[in-house]
Amino acid sequence: MHPLVMSEVIKVPTMAEYMGLGKVPEVLFWVGCAGSFDDRAKKITKAFVRILNKAGVDFAVLGTEESCTGDPAKRAGNEFLFQMQAVTNIEVLNGYEIKKIVTTCPHCFNTLKNEYPSLGGKYEVIHHTQLLRSLLDEGRLTIEGGKFKGKRITFHDPCYLGRANNVYEAPRELIRKLDAELVEMKSCRSRGLCCGAGGAQMFKEPEKGDMDVNVKRTEQALETAPEIIAAGCPFCNTMMTDGVKAKEKENSIAVMDVAELIAAAEDL
Amino acid sequence: MGFISQILFAVVLIAGIGYFVRNINKLRRNIKLGKPVDRSDNKAERWRNMALIALGQKKMVVRPIPGLLHIIVYVGFIIINIEVLEIVIDGLFGTHRVLSFLGGFYDFLIGSFEILALLVIVSVTIFWIRRNVIRLKRFWNPEMKGWPKNDANYILYFEAVLMLLFLTMNAADHQLQQAGAAHYAQAGAFPVSGMISSVFGGLDVASLIAVERMAWWFHIIGILIFLNYLYFSKHLHILLAFPNTWYAKLTPKGQFDNLEAVTKEVMLMMDPDADPFAAPEETEGEEEPGKFGASDIFDLNRVQLLNAYTCTECGRCTSECPANQTGKKLSPRKIMMDTRDRIEEVGKNIDANGGKFADDGKQLLDGYISREELWACTTCNACVEACPVSIDPLSIILEMRRYLVMEESAAPNELNVMMGNIENNAAPWPFNQMDRLNWKEEIETT
Repeated sequence: MHPLVMSEVIKVPTMAEYMGLGKVPEVLFWVGCAGSFDDRAKKITKAFVRILNKAGVDFAVLGTEESCTGDPAKRAGNEFLFQMQAVTNIEVLNGYEIKKIVTTCPHCFNTLKNEYPSLGGKYEVIHHTQLLRSLLDEGRLTIEGGKFKGKRITFHDPCYLGRANNVYEAPRELIRKLDAELVEMKSCRSRGLCCGAGGAQMFKEPEKGDMDVNVKRTEQALETAPEIIAAGCPFCNTMMTDGVKAKEKENSIAVMDVAELIAAAEDL
Repeated sequence: MGFISQILFAVVLIAGIGYFVRNINKLRRNIKLGKPVDRSDNKAERWRNMALIALGQKKMVVRPIPGLLHIIVYVGFIIINIEVLEIVIDGLFGTHRVLSFLGGFYDFLIGSFEILALLVIVSVTIFWIRRNVIRLKRFWNPEMKGWPKNDANYILYFEAVLMLLFLTMNAADHQLQQAGAAHYAQAGAFPVSGMISSVFGGLDVASLIAVERMAWWFHIIGILIFLNYLYFSKHLHILLAFPNTWYAKLTPKGQFDNLEAVTKEVMLMMDPDADPFAAPEETEGEEEPGKFGASDIFDLNRVQLLNAYTCTECGRCTSECPANQTGKKLSPRKIMMDTRDRIEEVGKNIDANGGKFADDGKQLLDGYISREELWACTTCNACVEACPVSIDPLSIILEMRRYLVMEESAAPNELNVMMGNIENNAAPWPFNQMDRLNWKEEIETT
C-alpha cells in the first residue's frame, strides 16, 4: 500500500521505554481496542503513527498496559465494569504522569475526556484530527493535495466526536487541505445520522426493524455521489465499509479515515 | 346587573386560577417523586439557555417552516395576553377597555393584537393541515394514536376559536363604536375585525352588545379553560419549557454521569489496604443499599420527570432517531410519553390512597417501556440534539439499561460476551492483552 522507499524507520515507543530513559513524551497516543486488534482499524493506527513520525511528534503508546476505556460497558449499562476499567487505566496513566492524550477513536476520546476526570483522571484529551490540524497550523506537517485534488469526499460525523463533543471542523479542514471537494450529506454535523455502532450496538445484532442503520447512513452518503467516504472513527469505518459492500459499491467507493487520507497524500 | 356580572367574573376567575394552582401543586408533588439532583451550578449559563432556547426559540428554527409558524403562534399568544390583562381589569371593575387612556399607543396595541390573531389563525390552520392532511410521518407514529392525536388537534381548535372570539368581540365593538353606543367610546384600531365587522352591520345596538358581551365572556372563559387544560395535555410545554431548559444538562452530550455508589465500591475493591473481612462501617443513618439504575419513575431524577411533563410530543427526537428511522420499536418520544403516563398513574394512586403510594405491581420497565426499545438505542444523542426544549430521553434509556444489567443481569447475550471479554482480557473482543502492540511489528518491518 505504501512505498518501500522508506528513508527512516517508523518508531513506536512505549511509555515503559520512555520511563526507562527518564523521559516524558509530548503526547500519549491512546490506540484503543479497535486500533490495536481490528485489522481494518489497525491500518488507521499505522497511518496515524506514520504521520506522527513524519511530523516528528514526540509520542508514546501504552502498549500492553493499555486496556479498554470501558465505553461499551458503560453504554450497555454496566457501570461497575466501566468504573473498574476507568480506575485501572487512571492508575496507569497517572503513574506515568500523563498530561496529554491523543486518540483515533472518538469513543475513547469521549470517555477519557469527559468521564475520567471525576474518577481522578484529568488529562488534556484530543482527537487525532484535532492534533493533525494543529500540526498543520504549526507548520510541523504539510499536506500536498495532489493525489486527492478534486475528488469528491463526504465526511461522516462520528456521534461521539460531533454531537457528543462538538468537534465538527477539524476533520473537515483536513479534507479541504487535500484540495478535495468536500461534499456534505443531507444530515451532517449536529444532525448527522449515527452509523449504528454506538451504545455497544457494535457488539450485538440489531433489534428487529426494516433495515440496518449503517445501510441507511451509507445510502445518505451515496446521495452525494462520493469517491471517498471519510470517517474519523474505527467503528464508523467498519459500519460504513459494510454499508458500501451491502450496496455493492466497494469497487468504486473507498471508506477511509481522515488520517489515512493524509498519510496517502503524503505517500506515507 | 353590572354588579352581578362583576361578581360572576370574580368567581369564574378565582375558580379557574384556583383549579390550575391545585393541579400545578400536584405536578410539583409528582416531580418530587423523583430523586433530587443538583443543577444549581453555572447559573449564568442556565439563564442564558432559558433565554435563548425557551424564550428565544433557538432550536425551533432548525426546521424553518414549523419553526416560523410556531414563533408566530407563540409570539401571538404572549402578546395577546396583554389584552387578557385588560379583560381581567374590566371584568373585575366593570370598566370597558380600561387601557384606552393610552390613546394612540392603545390603538397600536389593539391593531397589533388583531394582526397577530389573524396570523395565529393562519399558522394554526397550516399546523392542522400538516398534521391531518399532509400527515407528516412524525405525527403518525404508533404512540400518537388516540389521546395524543386528539390532544394535538384540540389544542389547535382551541387556539383558533380563542382568536376568532377575540376578533368577533372587536368586530362587534367596532360596530358599536361607530353607532355611538353608550360605554363604547372610540378606542382601538381594528385592521382585521374592521374588515369583518360589516357582518354585524344590520344588527341593532342591543344585539351588537349581546354579541360583544358573549364573545368577551367566551374568550376569557375559554382562556381559563385552556389554562386548566394544560395539566392534562401535552401543551404544558408552554410553561415547563422554561424550567426545563434552565435545568438541562450543561456538560458535553457524550458525558454520562458516573454513579457515585459504584465509585465507592470500586474504590474499596481497588484499595490494597481495604480489609475484605471487615465489618461494614457503622455510619449513622446508613441508607439501605440503593438500587442501581431505574425500573420505575421513583428511580429517575426530578429533571427527568420534569422532562416527561415538558414533552409536547412534537416527535423531532423520534424522526432523528437512527433506530426509529430504520424501523425499530424505539421511539424517544414514546420514552418520554410513557414516563409521564406512569408518573400520572402513580400520582393518581397516591391521591386514591390518602397520600401514600400503594404498590400496584406495575413499573415503568415492561409495564410501559419494553426491553427491546431500550436495547435498540445507539446512544447517538440525536434525540437530545433535536429536542427544542432540551429534553434528554437518552438519560432515561441509559438509567434503565443500568437497572437491566446491574440489578437483573439481563443484558442481551452478545453484550454479556462483550463485557466478559473486557473483564477477562481488557478488550471487548477475545484477544489477549499481551497482543495489543502486535501492530507495532507490522509497521516497523515495512
